[in-house]
Amino acid sequence: MSVETERSSTESSAASGLDFEDTALTLRLPGSLAAAAAPDPDRKRSSPSSSDAADAADNSSPLAAAADAPPAPKARVVGWPPVRSFRKNALAAKFVKVAVDGAPYLRKVDLEAYSGYDQLLRALQDKFFSHFTIRKFADDERKLVDAVNGTEYVPTYEDKDGDWMLVGDVPWKMFVETCQRLRLMKSSEAVNLAPRAAQ
Amino acid sequence: MGRGGSRAACAAAAPPWHSLPDEVWEHAFSFLPAAADRGAAAGACSSWLRAERRSRRRLAVANCYAAAPRDAVERFPSVRAAEVKGKPHFADFGLVPPAWGAAAAPWIAAAADGWPLLEELSFKRMVVTDECLEMIAASFRNFQVLRLVSCDGFSTAGLAAIAAGCRHLRELDLQENEIEDCSIHWLSLFPESFTSLVTLNFSCLEGEVNITVLERLVTRCHNLKTLKLNNAIPLDKLASLLHKAPQLVELGTGKFSADYHSDLFAKLEAAFGGCKSLRRLSGAWDAVPDYLPAFYCVCEGLTSLNLSYATVRGPELIKFISRCRNLQQLWVMDLIEDHGLAVVASSCNKLQELRVFPSDPFGAGFLTERGLVDVSASCPMLESVLYFCRRMTNEALITIAKNRPNFTCFRLCILEPHTPDYITREPLDAGFSAIVESCRGLRRLSISGLLTDLVFKSIGAHADRLEMLSIAFAGNSDLGLHYILSGCKSLKKLEIRDCPFGDKPLLANAAKLETMRSLWMSSCLLTLGACRQLARKMPRLSVEIMNDPGRSCPLDSLPDETPVEKLYVYRTIAGPRSDTPACVQIV
Repeated sequence: MSVETERSSTESSAASGLDFEDTALTLRLPGSLAAAAAPDPDRKRSSPSSSDAADAADNSSPLAAAADAPPAPKARVVGWPPVRSFRKNALAAKFVKVAVDGAPYLRKVDLEAYSGYDQLLRALQDKFFSHFTIRKFADDERKLVDAVNGTEYVPTYEDKDGDWMLVGDVPWKMFVETCQRLRLMKSSEAVNLAPRAAQ
Repeated sequence: MGRGGSRAACAAAAPPWHSLPDEVWEHAFSFLPAAADRGAAAGACSSWLRAERRSRRRLAVANCYAAAPRDAVERFPSVRAAEVKGKPHFADFGLVPPAWGAAAAPWIAAAADGWPLLEELSFKRMVVTDECLEMIAASFRNFQVLRLVSCDGFSTAGLAAIAAGCRHLRELDLQENEIEDCSIHWLSLFPESFTSLVTLNFSCLEGEVNITVLERLVTRCHNLKTLKLNNAIPLDKLASLLHKAPQLVELGTGKFSADYHSDLFAKLEAAFGGCKSLRRLSGAWDAVPDYLPAFYCVCEGLTSLNLSYATVRGPELIKFISRCRNLQQLWVMDLIEDHGLAVVASSCNKLQELRVFPSDPFGAGFLTERGLVDVSASCPMLESVLYFCRRMTNEALITIAKNRPNFTCFRLCILEPHTPDYITREPLDAGFSAIVESCRGLRRLSISGLLTDLVFKSIGAHADRLEMLSIAFAGNSDLGLHYILSGCKSLKKLEIRDCPFGDKPLLANAAKLETMRSLWMSSCLLTLGACRQLARKMPRLSVEIMNDPGRSCPLDSLPDETPVEKLYVYRTIAGPRSDTPACVQIV
């Protein structure tokens, strides 16, 4: 802890309140960005570490550095307006449940509140499982490590087809559209989820 | 004189009045239901204290950490109904770390030991696990009422244990809990011989239930008065359920949408026509305008209507509500718009409580000051308001205050923080000051918009009966907090976020905090040093701080000037709690 602890939760909104990406005039239909970036739904099978040039060039893929990720659509002040989380969950479609192997409780996250995978994982770490640390691997794979007992967790998600996939295998916006729920799966159990394209 | 003398002689012969046998006092105390009266009486003398504690049947614990469960059970051995609340109110809005605490388990364990005759349990904002529910089912042989509000940690497996084990259950009331679905079969665990249910509310459950089992249960529980279904119950099943329970007083419908079929509409209309006792209606998830007229035949009888999860809008919605002329309580989304509220104002003159929720919490909002002004002008019994809007003026607030000096609860949320009076561009100090000046019975207040310290001067000076105050993005100096803490005689709960309030007023009014139930401050200007001083000065207060979880390290190693992101202070007779997670530290 240090003196640069954020003094006001509004600062974040001030910092990224104006989102150029969303305010700029374009000839696209609203919300068509994701479709333009990921025209082929089969690409969800592709591995994040594949040499696919299109993948590497895609800004919203987790391969891109965090600094290149577009800012959140509209940075929100946590807990404002004062509407019960339960009510927000009931109204918003983008809330998904997060389960952790071995933990007795579920949490929910609003995927639309984040701009990319890095933010999501950081939020999972900060808000929900403070004893986890994010560990990055050479192939850009991310795992959450329980600092207490050393267990590694791989973030996975269930897509609309009911398939469990590795978080990070499709562009962020496509992920937000298809993700039904998240599960932090013990590494030892996630071996079968290796991206199929890499096999 | 003579008669007085004989009375004195008589009194001398009999034992003094206060040494009546304890059983007599305990019986006398049974005529004193209100907790506040009982508390006052218990303070009179030791025999009353003894009688009161032995005869107390209902116990409410507003903060689960204010007393140790074992002490509570020991002190009040005859409790039949207990209510325990956990996390701070701001947990509702995601400001409290999820693992903060408030486990129900220690309370249930203590109750199982000391209160075998317990009949009712209510938990609010607590972590209730499946093991907790199993323990409840196994421990109390005459258990009748389970009410869980804004709790989490359990699944339908725990509910199955309740269904299977609580043979005398009258109420299963699940309000806004996060429940994990593991099976649709929990309802089938109620035995076939079980008929005692009066209230069944599973509206917060996400998953499906077995409808055949539900229908059988509803059919055999002849005393069922309240039935609240969840979103997974389709509209075509509602009619048959209603036919089986025409005695219902309160109904929460399931999903109120389907493709329009005139025979389904006719079935629904006939079913509602049979419900002559229906007074309270809620649910109506995804309601479509086509089916709203099916409600018309019950409108006249309704006193409470909760459409706050119904995203329906337009003339059909307004027409429906305007037929409910006897409404006392109305909850809706802002999709009703100002002109809809004008119709409510002219149709529902008996309204006592109005809550209008934002349909898009992150949008600009649909309502202005006009809707609330209209309702306040036409509904003389209106005393409680929760209103989310996009703009407000001082003039409107002054009018509202003049119209309705009978407000006891006034919660106004202007969606965008720091929004001034949109006409004059002034702060809303004058408007909110008018509210506290005219509404002398105000017990709960939430303020928003652009506000300076002036409004707090007014609140501190006038809001004598205010018990709960919520402040966000307001004030401009320490003075604001000082006005509140040095005034507001009856204040019990104060919650503040994103205000420039620092150490000085907190320390200057430290004694006030012991008269209050709790204080929450987040994103203000507090330092660790002040929290340390406060904890030293007031040993009966528990001073908890929560900081960025990534940076938590032992408190002792941090300098006094370290900023404190979140502070939660409450009085306790149990000492510091021992179940703090890593992100919470007790100073």
